[in-house]
Amino acid sequence: MNQTQTSTGPILTTDGIPLKVSLKKAERINKIRAFLLVLPLLAFILITFLVPIGDMLARSVDDRQINTVFPKTFEVYKKWDRQGLPSEEVYKTMFFELKNSEGYSVGKASTRMNYSKSGWKSLLKKSKRKFKKIEEGPFKEQMIAIDKKWADPEYWLALGQMVDPTTMGYYLNAVDLKYDSSKNIVQQKENRRIYNKTWIKTFKVSLLVTLFCLLLGYPISYLLATLPMKYSNLLMICVLLPFWTSLLVRTVAWMVMLQQKGVLNNLLVMSNLIADENRFQLMYNQTAVVIVMTQILLPFMVLPLYSVMKTISPTYMRAALNLGASPMHAFYKIYMPNSVPGVSAGCLLVFIIAIGYYITPELVGGKDGQMVGNWIAYHLKTTLNWGLCASLGAILLAMMTVLYWAYNKIVGIENIKLG
Amino acid sequence: MSQKDSFVKFEKVDKSYDGEILVVKDLNLDVPKGEFLTMLGPSGSGKTTVLMMLAGFETPTSGEIYLDGNPISSIPPNKRGIGMVFQNYALFPHMTVKENLAFPLEVRKMQQSEIDEKVGNALAMVELQDFGNRMPLQLSGGQQQRVALARSLVFEPRLVLMDEPLGALDKNLREQMQYEIKHIHEKIGITVVYVTHDQSEALTMSNRIAVFNDGKIQQISSPDVLYEKPNSSFVAQFIGENNQLRGKVKSINGENCIVTTESGDDIHALKINVNNNGDGSLVSLRPERVAINSSEKFENNFDAKVKELIYLGDHIRSRVEVCGNDQFIVKIPNSYKEANLKEGSTVKLSWKASDSRALDLN
Repeated sequence: MNQTQTSTGPILTTDGIPLKVSLKKAERINKIRAFLLVLPLLAFILITFLVPIGDMLARSVDDRQINTVFPKTFEVYKKWDRQGLPSEEVYKTMFFELKNSEGYSVGKASTRMNYSKSGWKSLLKKSKRKFKKIEEGPFKEQMIAIDKKWADPEYWLALGQMVDPTTMGYYLNAVDLKYDSSKNIVQQKENRRIYNKTWIKTFKVSLLVTLFCLLLGYPISYLLATLPMKYSNLLMICVLLPFWTSLLVRTVAWMVMLQQKGVLNNLLVMSNLIADENRFQLMYNQTAVVIVMTQILLPFMVLPLYSVMKTISPTYMRAALNLGASPMHAFYKIYMPNSVPGVSAGCLLVFIIAIGYYITPELVGGKDGQMVGNWIAYHLKTTLNWGLCASLGAILLAMMTVLYWAYNKIVGIENIKLG
Repeated sequence: MSQKDSFVKFEKVDKSYDGEILVVKDLNLDVPKGEFLTMLGPSGSGKTTVLMMLAGFETPTSGEIYLDGNPISSIPPNKRGIGMVFQNYALFPHMTVKENLAFPLEVRKMQQSEIDEKVGNALAMVELQDFGNRMPLQLSGGQQQRVALARSLVFEPRLVLMDEPLGALDKNLREQMQYEIKHIHEKIGITVVYVTHDQSEALTMSNRIAVFNDGKIQQISSPDVLYEKPNSSFVAQFIGENNQLRGKVKSINGENCIVTTESGDDIHALKINVNNNGDGSLVSLRPERVAINSSEKFENNFDAKVKELIYLGDHIRSRVEVCGNDQFIVKIPNSYKEANLKEGSTVKLSWKASDSRALDLN
């Protein structure tokens, strides 16, 4: 106390150890304890979440599988000047590598080759079978004799897309583009352009669902936040009720409600509001997707809204009235700006969940209501084009990250309140 | 009342929230123009409800409220033109100080130049000229309080209501703000209705104080009268420190009476609201009106035993046992050296009959 601390030197504890060192020491044990507490969850997330996502992201650009089946062919292929047909050497290496390879790996490689030029798969399959009879060269003529496609430079040029171990091909595919045989980026053929439409549709549906959730959720949240506790609790249970029922059950219930001979249409016909032959087409289209997703995602809008509105003191409104503002004006000028963090948190949450939604469009969307999530599932399960799945997923992830970043810039993530 | 016409008038106002309990009972109150009236009372006494009815956020269950002669029960709060300072200031957190002050002017569709001028004047009044572009949450409690005050005055209302506006401030700041509010009131001569549960606040600022309890005004008078001459034991207890001696009325003689305590001592006191011999009574007496070992002549003289002495700097607070009450407090000025009290010693206490007031037993 009788000595003033010099401002230049480090502050020391009474033992003479620098304060910072001493503090670090004292806090180390706490840090270790905290780390051990989160360790199981960290390991769980790492194994079940981060590693698979990393693997999938890698697949979206990975183009090595074919290189491992035909490594020597690609070595000699690189020397080819891409004019006319390749030399005898290329044919020869291809011949031996195909003949000696295992059926399984050829299958995988040919699937990939087919993405670049369809026809490769059948060509390889047929050739491998017939190659058994060929013993010695020259191979070029014999191979062309087996199948004329070996004489088509298009096939050979398509291989050029696979020379590098990585490719942007899957990403291009995900936005209806592709490499042509000389590796220029061009549009897909008219009848094969499906993804841009799907992206637009996905955005449209997600935006509509977010908008409807906001329109329906805002008044109910306001009511929840302003009602006395005993009523608001009951209302809250009603809002949360859907959470306690299986998603599948609710979706199927909506199918019963909305189909042409369903409850809603029957009621409308019975009450003579519409004629029997003019029943609304509410199921297996985008309308159905929007209706059902709005109902399912509504709690994700209500909860953040409610928790923000709960913090808006009712005296703000009183003060505004007292200062002479009409109730409408007070609501618009005072209440709404204060509820913005809740609105943006709710919208962000609903939009992010909606954009990757799968089960509802799958069940009620029909052909017209398929979203990006459904295409991912389709390629994952049916065509086994995991590269395309990964690129579609990566684009979704990137869009969400951009949204999140924009939200953080505009509203500030610390303003988010989820209850 | 000094002025003839009342600016604010409550006429037979009742208020019930649930149809079972009346929180305000048969309230009749007149507030003349320019007065600073404080409604003082414990929480739940109905004082805030009265204020809310005046502001228009609650409607009277029966009776009528008049403002400047016009009934206002059917006028919505935004049309009443009454300023209000809320308990937690209620400054709009998304607007700057200037925008907060401009809000009541903007809704009145004033010209921008006029708004700027009035906002500037209001900020100058509360000495916050340099803080106009801050957000409310960047201000200290006292500064927020001043902004709230300025906002309630900026549109020049006829009446300003204040609902425990200083409750969230610490003691020093609270006292400073009390004087500031008092000075602003004196300067612009506006009518103020102020609600508080802090009696020292009420005594400092008000022209008149209405003491509320149980939905009713117990007493309404100027601060000095309220302190010197409480007319019920509730008011005597609620305002300032107070000694109470319990007993029964022995005899009544005009304005005076004698109350006998359970210990058998006879106390000469003013008859305030006891009526019959044998009635129970609390005799109320301010600690500073009691003399110790005095040679002067008083009506009441008793021996007392010193139980406890507490040194408080400017005075010594001493708890003594007298007339069967061992919670009797006497304040001894520190200059009064000859008293030289010791715990356990016996002293002579004396006081005037006119300082002791025989009140109801509640």
